[in-house]
Amino acid sequence: MFVLAAGLPTILPAQENKFGADGMPNGWRDDPTIYISLAEDGTVTVTCHRSEMGQGVRTSIAMVVADELEADWARVRVAQAWGDEERFGNQDTDGSRSLRHWFMPMRRAGGAARTMLEQAAAAQWGVPENEVRAANHVVTHAPSGRSLGYGALARAAAMLPVPDRGTVRLKESSAFRYIGKDTVGLIDNYDFTTGTAVYGIDARVEGMLYAVIARPPVYGGKVASYDAANALKVPGVLKVVTIAPPPIPSEFEPLGGVAVIARNTWAAIKGREALKVNWEDGPNAAYSSDTYRARLSEAAGKPGKVVRNEGDVERAMAGAAKRVSAEYYIPHLAQSPMEPPAALVRIVDGAAEAWACTQAPQATRGLLAKRLGLPVEKVKVNVTLLGGGFGRKSKPDFVVEAGLCSQAMDGAPVKVTWTREDDLHHGYYHTVSVERLEAGLDASGKPVAWLHRSAAPTIGSIFAPDPKHELPFELGMGLVNTPFDIPNIRAENPEAAAHVRIGWFRAVSNIPHAFAIQSFVAELAHAAGRDPKDYLLELIGPARIIDPTKIGDVWNHGEDPERYPIDTGRLRRVVETAAEGIGWGRSLPKGSGVGIAGHYSFVSYIAVAAEVAVGDGGRLSIPRVDIAIDCGPMVNPDRVRSQMEGAVIMGAGLATSAEISFKNGRAEQNNFDTYELTRIDSAPREIRVHLLPSTDYARPLGGVGEPGLPPVAPAIANAVFAATGKRIRQLPIRDQLST
Amino acid sequence: MASLTINGTVHEVDVEPDTPLLWVIREQVGLTGTKYSCGIAQCGACTVHVDGVATRSCTLPVSAVTPEQRIVTIEGLSPDGSHPVQKAWLELDVPQCGYCQTGQIMAAAALLQANPQPSDEDITVEMTNICRCGTYNRIKAAIKLAANGGAIRG
Ligand code: FES
Ligand code: FES
Repeated sequence: MFVLAAGLPTILPAQENKFGADGMPNGWRDDPTIYISLAEDGTVTVTCHRSEMGQGVRTSIAMVVADELEADWARVRVAQAWGDEERFGNQDTDGSRSLRHWFMPMRRAGGAARTMLEQAAAAQWGVPENEVRAANHVVTHAPSGRSLGYGALARAAAMLPVPDRGTVRLKESSAFRYIGKDTVGLIDNYDFTTGTAVYGIDARVEGMLYAVIARPPVYGGKVASYDAANALKVPGVLKVVTIAPPPIPSEFEPLGGVAVIARNTWAAIKGREALKVNWEDGPNAAYSSDTYRARLSEAAGKPGKVVRNEGDVERAMAGAAKRVSAEYYIPHLAQSPMEPPAALVRIVDGAAEAWACTQAPQATRGLLAKRLGLPVEKVKVNVTLLGGGFGRKSKPDFVVEAGLCSQAMDGAPVKVTWTREDDLHHGYYHTVSVERLEAGLDASGKPVAWLHRSAAPTIGSIFAPDPKHELPFELGMGLVNTPFDIPNIRAENPEAAAHVRIGWFRAVSNIPHAFAIQSFVAELAHAAGRDPKDYLLELIGPARIIDPTKIGDVWNHGEDPERYPIDTGRLRRVVETAAEGIGWGRSLPKGSGVGIAGHYSFVSYIAVAAEVAVGDGGRLSIPRVDIAIDCGPMVNPDRVRSQMEGAVIMGAGLATSAEISFKNGRAEQNNFDTYELTRIDSAPREIRVHLLPSTDYARPLGGVGEPGLPPVAPAIANAVFAATGKRIRQLPIRDQLST
Repeated sequence: MASLTINGTVHEVDVEPDTPLLWVIREQVGLTGTKYSCGIAQCGACTVHVDGVATRSCTLPVSAVTPEQRIVTIEGLSPDGSHPVQKAWLELDVPQCGYCQTGQIMAAAALLQANPQPSDEDITVEMTNICRCGTYNRIKAAIKLAANGGAIRG
């Protein structure tokens, strides 16, 4: 049951009262015959139906299956599923939930396959099933000393019915050999290090053509007229075709424009340069980041839609000994995976086949079918490796573009490649926001009232015309579910209109919410003359269990609030661990400082403690970051570590240098020279990851891919304050320290 | 028409002279381990060795390469992934998505060729390739591991 707080929109999850994988479109499967094949030479192939984009899911899913299957890792291979949710269950690789949702189904699949091998062996020897045991690729009958390898049993086991899931014995977690251990390496690492790994941009088939597309520079714009004469003179250019502009809001549709199809990518790029296109810019032609920021700020200065309300903020604020307020600005960002969007599509005999680096193969399949006018069964989406995703590749617009280009070439295979400029100019950008916070402190400096206004265009704007408010899933990313021990607390969401495509970016709305909240906590600590870490712990309050639906979060990351309540004890523990890790309180040279931030998201608890040094001319360096995570029980600790390391580096980038800004509706950054990502010289020199141990695999798993990111920027900004006394209220920091 | 020596094999390719070596390697020669990411020599995803020097192939027109110059791509770095840098990358599980890693490995191999015992400072100055996944700290550790003959961690 959902308890809706007053004033909340009555938007419930798509499938009411269904949580986790049950609540996802097409749910889950645990039939081993879908995911596991065993060859007669003993090779086990695990089919991974989640997209690999650097989180290590192909390794981790295979580890789970192999462990329950009692397989020898050396004989485990992984294959990638094509897009087919009827068969594989939900395949949307987003929301940091692959293992959260699939740990148990994959264990059961592995356990069922192991059971079938044991049954086959028992039948062959004519002994009771409970006398045989599978271990490390061999089934043994101890009483008679007989044993058979998995390969030898493959054929017989495959003939058996899949046992009922209720009868499958799962391993005791103490017997895990792979799960929770650092015993295996990345399953794709040889391919990664030898250049044989195949990404979407690498797809090749016989007779393929190559395309790049000129898209409207302003969202909602379209081609007014164009002249392809010079483009067609470029050697290698074969054809120039228009792609119709989508209705606005454009959802996952391509943006339209003019496609140049050529014998090779370089010819297509040069052909595009030679195109003359007159654009009709449409209603967003005046969108400029500086004026829009002022508008957001104005909205955040006035009361807005109440999305959480406890106690009486007005009264408490009026009676407070001291009032503190601050406003923060967090700009648009582009996901910019190192592999830009790219896909290959061909159409043969009324059937389309795609090769794509997609996080959402099923949505890709559906939209391709729709736009190509084919039945869904006639569309196959092969999922390649993804050279990073970060949310960008959950949108299939680029794959549909390839489909439309193929159609224009009578079904010939066409690969569409987005150049980096395309990626930065035509993205699904991270939102832009102004976060305004105000607190009333009592005489001891403790907050008695807390008011947070978040003004940011919503991702809902790509689906519905002109929505002005954040959706429950955005509010539930750190705005309404801040678990602070404050008696009077209110969150408001003033209106904000979107003028570009807003999309998911790793950790999504948690980025601005956590930046503002965790910066403001440190500001309050300063105002109260207190240690920021102690003050943060005091705001989190004593260890307690909070029902997220009781504080206004109807979404709760799609998880059952009973199974996944907010546990402030866990949040406290990561804060304490990160602080201890960095040596909180130790003396530092002049110009150095440490800062801390803790944030709950994707049902995991993370804290970051950062040490910065600010040198001559305001040059910022980050000698060290300690990050602590409690994500519940872990499948692959080393990939948890690597995700935390990556989050710290991406977080350092958005804290210090990355921004997408707009002028006249156009993104101002073109490439990595102006959209500045962290490089080795600006990366934190040392990153220490602290994994909070959890060996109880009956407890639910938390997310890992995204939640590391939100606390990084505020920890750095807080460290900058400790080092210099300069408070960062606008990201990125860039040259703010030079004056 | 251009003649290129790639991984010890001579390839005759029919391309416009201004075509960047990157696209020739990927599309005409068909070796896709060398990656595109920025096209303006900013990120290093396209790094190959030209006569042993790490070179960003996305801005090198094929007309500027002579048939005598030895081009080595990731596919030619070792026959079986056994170059010390590749081994160190395996040992420390450096990659996340892996996309930038072939360029990183080529840059690291060239660095170690020129400077077999690089300091942290040397690595920071020489390794300018972008990794959006954020594997820099492992890259640093793996370069040191490779420099130490793969004998010890860190
Ligand atoms: S693709 Fe060549 S440096 Fe980025
Ligand atoms: S490993 Fe993904 S970009 Fe470097």
